[in-house]
Amino acid sequence: MAHGAGGKASRRLIEGLLVPILSAGTPGPLGDAAHLQLNGTRLAITTDSFVVKPLRFPGGSIGELAINGTVNDLAVSGARAEALVATYVLEAGLSTAVLETEARAMAAAAQRAGVAIVGGDTKVVEHGKADQMYISTSGIGRPIAGVTVDPSSVRPGDKVLISGPIGDHGVTILLARGELELDAEVCSDTRSVLPLVEVLARAAGPGIRWMRDPTRGGVATALNELARDCGLAVYLREEDIPIRDAVRGACELLGLDPLHIANEGQFLAVIAPELADTGLEALRQTPGGQGARLLGEIRAEPAATLIAATGFGGSRVVDMLVGDPLPRIC
Amino acid sequence: MQFVDEYRDAKVITRTAEEIRRLADPHRHYRLMEVCGGHTHAIYRFGLKDVLPPNIELVHGPGCPVCVLPMGRIDDGLTMAENPEVIFTAFGDMMRVPGTKGSPLEYKARGTDVRIVYSPADALKLAQKNPDRHVMFFAIGFETTAPSTALTLKAAKAMGVRNFSVFSNHVTIIPAIRAILDSPDMRIDAFIGPGHVSTVIGCRPYEWIARNEGKPIVVSGFEPLDLLQSILMLLRQLGQGEAKVENQYQRVVPWEGNRAALRAMAEVFELRPYFEWRGMGFISQSALRLRESYAEWDAERRFSIPGVRVTDPKAAQCGEVLKGVLKPVQCKLFGKECTPERPVGALMVSSEGSCAAYYNYEHRKSGVGVGAA
Repeated sequence: MAHGAGGKASRRLIEGLLVPILSAGTPGPLGDAAHLQLNGTRLAITTDSFVVKPLRFPGGSIGELAINGTVNDLAVSGARAEALVATYVLEAGLSTAVLETEARAMAAAAQRAGVAIVGGDTKVVEHGKADQMYISTSGIGRPIAGVTVDPSSVRPGDKVLISGPIGDHGVTILLARGELELDAEVCSDTRSVLPLVEVLARAAGPGIRWMRDPTRGGVATALNELARDCGLAVYLREEDIPIRDAVRGACELLGLDPLHIANEGQFLAVIAPELADTGLEALRQTPGGQGARLLGEIRAEPAATLIAATGFGGSRVVDMLVGDPLPRIC
Repeated sequence: MQFVDEYRDAKVITRTAEEIRRLADPHRHYRLMEVCGGHTHAIYRFGLKDVLPPNIELVHGPGCPVCVLPMGRIDDGLTMAENPEVIFTAFGDMMRVPGTKGSPLEYKARGTDVRIVYSPADALKLAQKNPDRHVMFFAIGFETTAPSTALTLKAAKAMGVRNFSVFSNHVTIIPAIRAILDSPDMRIDAFIGPGHVSTVIGCRPYEWIARNEGKPIVVSGFEPLDLLQSILMLLRQLGQGEAKVENQYQRVVPWEGNRAALRAMAEVFELRPYFEWRGMGFISQSALRLRESYAEWDAERRFSIPGVRVTDPKAAQCGEVLKGVLKPVQCKLFGKECTPERPVGALMVSSEGSCAAYYNYEHRKSGVGVGAA
């Protein structure tokens, strides 16, 4: 199970086993989407699958995650999603009402995201084999002009930006499972980040070095991957990390680190220092982007490490997630 | 956030840190032990060592109830879980702790019914909802968690829920502190006293440490300011040649402890004559088992378990790290054969374990070389 949590075990499974075999010896860098040239046309393509329990939760459902997740992967790779295909793996016995609700949710989310669903596939498996439903979406899109995402272009002095408050989605799911007798006013942040990415591209495009959507494994995992890929240090200032009070409270109570919690409607960006403030301001002036913050910066040392400064002179290393975030007890 | 933000106020923390630096005698090297694993984590989590002067050394104590459990006890619990009718329940902390044939999570992946619960009451509810199964709760913790286990057992008895049992691995804190002080290779100047254990047992049980051993002890909270204030209070005592018990965590810890909790514990539990602690051998009167009157809910009596003593791998130095003799990074296996993903001992996976704290928060800061995970 740890291999699905998005942290170290996932990375080992993907990079250690799958990539070498599947890429037939010519692997490129692992980004959120693959950018290709086909007969002179540049395209981006990505795929993602969605497994969530419960299917519906405050702020969204699996259908919306399935659309937004793939649109976002393309967006943070520097591409505008044009078309998606969707696969449903359905558990025998699933009510058609549930399926219809999700299909409608997907159609609505696709429309909001400005993307067409152009095909798909459906399979039914035995009862007990699919947790009601699994959805997978693959998306294709065109590169956004003027944006190149490349961790090797990151330099000491670059700034790290987040588009809004963290932790909403993961905490919502944890509470929606109903295992904890904890109530909080939280809801998932699932949305397409493409509009905000396009705003950032217009305002600060030449300065964008890297972007990622911090889904499973949270901001900590995404920034650890960045640190590893560029070989530099990523410094965060804890007091600058935006987080809603209710999310923070739930995390404190459960002993969870918000940096390890999944987000479904935010993105991280590394921007050259001379354009960082311009990019930030443009986001904050955009509806949906007012929560954007500059979180930190890139430094030379210590190599390949993510560090958080506490605000009163202390600091700690922030590691990638190992396994699932387990609430602390005592 | 109330009760959190005030204790993380950067200005007050900076002032307190300055006060500590002023008060610390530059010709003296202070060794302060924080007993409780939660304090160890807080120290690393908030980077407190960065704000303390270099002549104040924080030594990590054995206050991690998961870490001090010998592997054999984990095996015993998992043997019970192998019964198809049994649902094995435990806190999240326990899930990655290695037994000889794997951790509870690994057993779960192999098909054993292992579930995380957030309180023993949840385990009892599970038993009521599954009358054809047997729910076993693997109880761990110092006196902090023992009262809730006790109250759950009282409820089980009162409601006549028979498909429920507790495998008690509760341990008590005072014998652990005594073992530290009796250890010939220890030299501790003062103690940062456990916070949450003290909400149950109060501050009186520590009086012998000050009176008989002449060591100051300050019961501390877990926020950065709590710990810094406690260190300040210890420095004041040491500077004046005093040794007494003080309570810094007054907003939570009552001096007399929690009588209702202690009564519940006394009704359900009794002290075992002796119990094995990882790295510290057998310590008498240091752990709790269910009384005869609760025999029916005692997993040890309902299930036959191997009870095999499993020694740690030779190269593992869990015991020395637990006693504070070695820092985590000084263990030969740290960061190489033993990492949070492939732990040799519980100290590397428990949320209270000092190896885990060091690995997760500290060791790469200075680029100290450890092998790739």
